[in-house]
Amino acid sequence: MNTRVAIVGGGPAGIRAAERLVEHGLSPILLDEAPRIGGRIYQQLPEVRGFRRDGKALYGFEAGKAEDLHAAFARIQPQLDYRPGTTVFDIASDRLITLGDGRREEIAYDRLILATGAMDRIMPLPGWTLPGVFALGGAQIALKHQGCAIGHSVVFLGSGPLLYLAAYQYAKAGVNVAAVLTTAPWLGLGANLLGMAAQAKTAAKGAYYVAKLLSWRIPVIGSVRPARIMGRDSVEGLEVLVDGRLRQFDCDAVALGYGLKSESQLAELAGAQFVFDRAQNQWLPEIDDHGRAVGRDGLYLAGDGAGIQGADAAELRGRIAAGALLQDLGIALKDAGDFGTLKRWHRFRVALEQAMPFPSHLAADLPDASILCRCENITAGEVRAAADQGLREINRVKAATRLGMGRCQGRICGIAGAEVLAAKLGVSVDSVGRLRAQPPVKPVPIEALAGDAP
Amino acid sequence: MKADVIVIGGGIVGCSTALHVARKGRSVILLERDQAGIRASGVNFGGVRQHGRALAELPLSFRARAIWADLASLIGTDGEFAVTGHLRLARQESDLRLLLLHMQGASLYGLKLEFLDRAALDHRFPWLGPHIIAGTYCPSDGQANPRLIAPAFATAARKAGATLVEGAEVVEATHDGGVFQVAVRDGRRFEAPLLVNAAGAWAATVAGWFGEMVNLVPEVPQVMVTEPAPYRFQPVLGVIGGDLYFRQIPRGNVIFGGGQGRANADHTRSAPLPEISARAAAEAARIVPEIRHLNIIRTWTGVDGDTADGSPIVGPSTTTPGLFHAFGFCGHGFQLGPGVGAVLAELLIDGRSDTDIHGLGIARFVGRR
Repeated sequence: MNTRVAIVGGGPAGIRAAERLVEHGLSPILLDEAPRIGGRIYQQLPEVRGFRRDGKALYGFEAGKAEDLHAAFARIQPQLDYRPGTTVFDIASDRLITLGDGRREEIAYDRLILATGAMDRIMPLPGWTLPGVFALGGAQIALKHQGCAIGHSVVFLGSGPLLYLAAYQYAKAGVNVAAVLTTAPWLGLGANLLGMAAQAKTAAKGAYYVAKLLSWRIPVIGSVRPARIMGRDSVEGLEVLVDGRLRQFDCDAVALGYGLKSESQLAELAGAQFVFDRAQNQWLPEIDDHGRAVGRDGLYLAGDGAGIQGADAAELRGRIAAGALLQDLGIALKDAGDFGTLKRWHRFRVALEQAMPFPSHLAADLPDASILCRCENITAGEVRAAADQGLREINRVKAATRLGMGRCQGRICGIAGAEVLAAKLGVSVDSVGRLRAQPPVKPVPIEALAGDAP
Repeated sequence: MKADVIVIGGGIVGCSTALHVARKGRSVILLERDQAGIRASGVNFGGVRQHGRALAELPLSFRARAIWADLASLIGTDGEFAVTGHLRLARQESDLRLLLLHMQGASLYGLKLEFLDRAALDHRFPWLGPHIIAGTYCPSDGQANPRLIAPAFATAARKAGATLVEGAEVVEATHDGGVFQVAVRDGRRFEAPLLVNAAGAWAATVAGWFGEMVNLVPEVPQVMVTEPAPYRFQPVLGVIGGDLYFRQIPRGNVIFGGGQGRANADHTRSAPLPEISARAAAEAARIVPEIRHLNIIRTWTGVDGDTADGSPIVGPSTTTPGLFHAFGFCGHGFQLGPGVGAVLAELLIDGRSDTDIHGLGIARFVGRR
């Protein structure tokens, strides 16, 4: 029996899935968009001579886990068909369509594990398209991967645990952090204690970052209402409302992000069904407890691409999804998956989402003139006008306005677009639907797409 | 609920029919399974061409073209309609014969085409690839934005007084004592002495209820769009063989298609096929080599119905007085749609139309009685 298993994504979920398959004698194909494995959190430096930083500087508390993951990959690599720098941009029922080195290739599979990770979740505010505004995760990657800061004086605005971590990393690297501003009340630290207790160590790390930022006399302010990012040609400052009073912060860069959204376009093209997750306030591919996609045999989902639970959970979920795949092949498992720990991560995540929610309430106040879709320059007002025309579904609004029709295909603006539409209609955000994925999930040059087609 | 006319299907054909009937002062109910204008009418390529059509379609196409010229006065928007010309290309000697044959036939109907040999093409469209040997050019053709126009017809029909019922899937229609009874899945019933079958890819089922068996093969045109690039390619391009069509819009995106995606069993969902995208991309880059570095950002499909001879079915039923068909547009009904509605409204209300559609009747498939 020679089952072809493909894994998409070389982060913690993908690597641990591959590891478990290899432990059971399989030789999966591992496709990763990045040039080196590690995903986002355990991303490695580019392989450039003389460009080095040690693991502690790169990964902080997580240095040990990063080292473990990189070592696990090194152990199994001989058993893998490893394809770095390879973007999967379309999926047929039996093969992946990939782009690597400017060339199109088709890779046949029988079973597929998608571990496609997550990206920043953005709520626009006036001025967010000025040069100098970065997604929070992007700001962190600039520092971690390239050793660059996004500016000399940076304001961090958003919600979620990454906000404090990234601000802490910037401050520690010597960047002037002008302020850390969150829409969450009580800095998001007033979480459901039982939920937080589910992963007390991680909760403690969050508190540590906030305490450090405060000890460095960096303003850390909760319950803010973002007003605007100011600047003529690039960022010059930021205004927020604190307790109803306008406060200004001078800065030349802003890192902006409100938690993460699952990168689920490939799951959709592969045939997954979607359900709305209230705790995470987003549409997610529907999976069973083992990561099997509901309604699509042979498809498994692991890691943050199937709902945000963080890197530690992603490692477990990778192993569990691989276990489900092995069982479906009739292969006896050598070890049980760690479902107990995973359940605790899930409880922790629900508490975290409650404490640091996506600021849906800001959608209603976003000025009409604010750009929502930056690829196509579509404003919040245009989306509201479409609602006034009687459109109540986000794909119809897309057709009427061009929202989500640009290079990013709605990956950036889709969530905020749905929030603005729902707020205008006075309905819950799930009732306006979700933008459907269409291939290619990332832009592909015509020449590459054509490949050697007749 | 009763009306003078019931229209089944809220695509551009059904909506323009409802609009024209309402403008003639008659009551009309349009029944649409989903939302008006979101299927093939709203997701097609967007070509507005008379060029290259079967000759029997030309009078209808001319009628439509006259409506396109003043679309805003009818539906409140021009839907980005632009007269950019249409260039039909020959890639091999055998294409040349077909090109000339069509030019000859179309000229008898009064369609003005220019023949351009390779030297003339080089002069006017120097960006064409080397394998093109000649072309015919139709200056009065153009392009428009389907995702704006199809819903605009629905809105205009509503404003003119038509009753649009969306989310109404017709499950049965019968003709009894001069009246059509139409039943919707949720149990609602509608009644009228006149019925229009404009149900697109699903219209053969409706025709079958009245004993007219037509074989309609699903047609799933697959279209893709690039990121914006400087505006350079004015005319819409087509080829003999129909396997590629191409246009650029002033905001810069290049839109092209060719080949067929796949549809699910009841044709309510369709999706692109990767191998078809690859083939269309390869041919597009041969025809306009300059685009080869542009990025494709999206691919889409829609579902229409193909008849056996590649032309639509437009006109009265052969079995049932008061029933009119307008379907089987074979993926090129967008240009015709506005004209079909005008002609059908005349047939329904006035009993006659000056536009000659005699070659498009359903009789050519179900046999004459």
